[in-house]
Amino acid sequence: MRRRGSVLKPARLTPLDILHTGMAGMRNRPMRVVLSALGIAIGIATMISVVGISASSKENLLRELDKLGTNMLVVTPGTDLVTQKEVPMAKDAAGRVARIDGVEHVGATGLLNHTVRRSEKIDDMITGGISVQSATEDLLITLRGGMRSGTWLNAATGKYPSVVLGDVAARRLGITEPGQRVYIDDEYFTVLGILDELPLAPEIARSALVGWEVGQTRLGFDGRPTTIYERSADDRVEPVHSLIPRTVDPQTPHNVEVTDPSSGLQAKAAAEGAFSNLLLGLGGVALLVGGVGVANTMIISVLERRYEIGLRRSIGATRGQIRGQFVTESLLLSGLGGLVGILLGAAVTGGYAISNGIPWVIPPWTIGGGFGATLVIGTLAGLYPAVRASHLSPTLALHAT
Amino acid sequence: MTAPDNAARTGPVVRLTGVTKEYPGGVVALRGVDLTIGRGELVAIVGPSGSGKSTLLHIVGTLDQPTAGSVTIAGHDAAGLGDRGLSALRAQHIGFVFQAFHLVPGMSAQANVAEGLLYSGLPRAERRRRAVETLERVGLGDRLNHRPHELSGGQKQRVAIARAVVGEPDLLLADEPTGALDSASGEAVVELIHELNEEGATIAVITHDAEIADRLPRQVRIRDGNIVQDTAHDQGHAGTHGPGPGPGPGHSHSHGPVPSEAR
Ligand SMILES: Nc1ncnc2c1ncn2[C@@H]1O[C@H](COP(=O)(O)OP(=O)(O)OP(=O)(O)O)[C@@H](O)[C@H]1O
Ligand SMILES: [Mg+2]
Repeated sequence: MRRRGSVLKPARLTPLDILHTGMAGMRNRPMRVVLSALGIAIGIATMISVVGISASSKENLLRELDKLGTNMLVVTPGTDLVTQKEVPMAKDAAGRVARIDGVEHVGATGLLNHTVRRSEKIDDMITGGISVQSATEDLLITLRGGMRSGTWLNAATGKYPSVVLGDVAARRLGITEPGQRVYIDDEYFTVLGILDELPLAPEIARSALVGWEVGQTRLGFDGRPTTIYERSADDRVEPVHSLIPRTVDPQTPHNVEVTDPSSGLQAKAAAEGAFSNLLLGLGGVALLVGGVGVANTMIISVLERRYEIGLRRSIGATRGQIRGQFVTESLLLSGLGGLVGILLGAAVTGGYAISNGIPWVIPPWTIGGGFGATLVIGTLAGLYPAVRASHLSPTLALHAT
Repeated sequence: MTAPDNAARTGPVVRLTGVTKEYPGGVVALRGVDLTIGRGELVAIVGPSGSGKSTLLHIVGTLDQPTAGSVTIAGHDAAGLGDRGLSALRAQHIGFVFQAFHLVPGMSAQANVAEGLLYSGLPRAERRRRAVETLERVGLGDRLNHRPHELSGGQKQRVAIARAVVGEPDLLLADEPTGALDSASGEAVVELIHELNEEGATIAVITHDAEIADRLPRQVRIRDGNIVQDTAHDQGHAGTHGPGPGPGPGHSHSHGPVPSEAR
C-alpha cells in the first residue's frame, strides 16, 4: 500500500474534497454565513436590478417602436425665408407624395379655423386645446391607428356632419361613446368613433376629425392640406425623405419641412441604455462593503479554528491546502451571496416589469459579470486570512484548550 | 501493519541525535536530546510540568523543528524536507492523539475518522470504508453516525485515536491522551493503546499518570530538557526492539527497577 523510501510528495485533493473542506466551517454557523453573504447579495441585487430595469424599459421602447414603425414621415409647410410666413401646400400635394417610388400610404389633414364644443351654450373661445381638422380616409391606415370605439370616416360618412375624436380630445370633451354629439360652427356633428392612442401623432389625438368633403362643403376648408403623413417601405425612408420637398414644391423646395416623428422615441430608447450611474455606484459600494464583511468573517473563522487548522496540519495538510481551504470558504460565502443577489435582482426587475406592464429583460452579461465580480471579491477577501491560516504554527494551534 | 509488512522494514522509526530546542525569547526546552525508538515499541514519556515533553513530541512529529540536532523519522531526514515534504511525511507516517481530542464538531464519528485520511490521496469511498473498519476496531462500530457532542469523553478520545491510526502510521504520538478523562474512560484508552501496540504499532505516549507509565514497556524520563532516565538503556537494548509482535503484554510491574524515581 505504501511506497517506502520513495520521495515524499503530498497527495492532491480532488475538487470535491476541496469543496468539503471549504464547507467545513460554514456548516456549523448558518446564521453567520447568511449575514456575511447578505452584503454581497444586496450589492449584486442592486446592480442587476438597475441594469435589468433600464434594459427592460429600453426593450419596451424598442418593441413599441417596432409596432409603430420608424418608416413614417410628416410633411408640413415651412416658413419662407424672406416673408417669414408659412407657405401653404398645394391642393394636390398629397397625391404627388403618393407617386414617389416606395411610398405605400399617404394621409393628410387640413386645419380648420373652428372650435369644437360640447354644446352651443359653451363659449366658442374655449377651445380646450382641441383643433378641428379635415382628414383623408387613408389617414388612419397611414398612422397605423386603431379605433377605441365606433368607426373611422369613410366615403359615405365623410359627406355628412359626423366626426371622429382623438382620445385626448374625447376625454376633454367628456365624450365616452359614439352616437353622442358635439357642436362645431353652428351645427351639431355626430361622433362616429374615438381613436386609440397615437404616440407618433399626438396632434391627431388632440383633434376632432371631419371628412375631407364635409370640411369643404360645410366648414369653409380650402382643400389645401396642412400636414401630410407618409408611410414607405423601410429601406426607402432615406430616398423618400430627400425627394419629398422637390415633389411637393418644385419651385421652392426649402419651404417644405419633413420630420420623422419616431426620432424622439429612438433617442429615448438609446438613452435608456445608459443606466443610472448613481444607482450603479451605490450597488458597487454595497458590493465593496459586502466584500469587507466576508473578509471579516474569514478572519474570525481562522481565529476560531486554530485547533482545526493545527489538526489538519498534523494529519498532513500542506500550507497550500490550508490556504486553499479558506479561499474556498471565502469563495463559497461570496458566491452564495452572488447567487442570491442575482435571484433577488432578477425578482426586483421582474416585479418592476410586471407592475409596469413592460417586458422582463435581464442582459446575460450582467449575470456573468455579477457572478464574476463575486468570485473576484471572494478571492481577494479570502486571500489574506487564508495566508494567515497557512502560516499558523501547527503546535501553537494544538496547545490544549 | 501485518507482521510480514513489518518484517520488511528495517531501522528505527525515530532517531533523534543532539536535538536542542530554544524558543524565541530564550527558553531552552530541550538540551541535546538523543532518542531512538524502534519499530513496535511502546514508550512512555514522563517528567514534571514544563520539562519539555510536548516540545519533544512536536519535534518527533515534525510539527516543529529543532534549533540544533537531527531528526530522522521512518528513514526520512526531516531537515531535508520542506513544508510539502513534511506534510507528506505526517500524512503517511505519523498519527497524533491530543489531550483535547480536537474532533471537528458537527461531523459524524465516521467523517471525523475519515478526515484522518483526507490528505493521503485515497478515494473518498475507500476513506469512508476504512473509517468504519477502524471505528469497529476501537469498539465504536455502533457510534458511526454520532457527532462529537453525542459522545462521552472516553468515546471521543477513542474516535480521535481511530482517526490517528486509520492511515496505519509508522508512529503514533499521544500527548496526555487520558488527561481529560475520568479513570474508567482513561483505563479503556490505555487498554486500546496496548492492543494497538500488540498488533504492531509503534507508540509514544506522554503521561502524568505514574501508574499508566509503569505499565508501559519502556519509560523515558525528562527533566529540564534532558533525558534523565531511559529504561531501554537501563536494560541494555538501546532502541533495538525486534520486529514482530509487540514486546509482551502490558502489565510489567515486575519489570526492571523503575519506580523509585517516579513521582
Ligand atoms: N511556543 C513556545 N514559546 C516559548 N516557550 C515555550 C513554547 N512552548 C513551550 N515553551 C516552554 O518550553 C518549556 C517546555 O514546554 P513543554 O510544553 O514542552 O512542557 P511539558 O513537559 O509538555 O509540560 P506539561 O507537562 O505541563 O505539558 C516550558 O518552559 C515552556 O514554557
Ligand atoms: Mg505538555
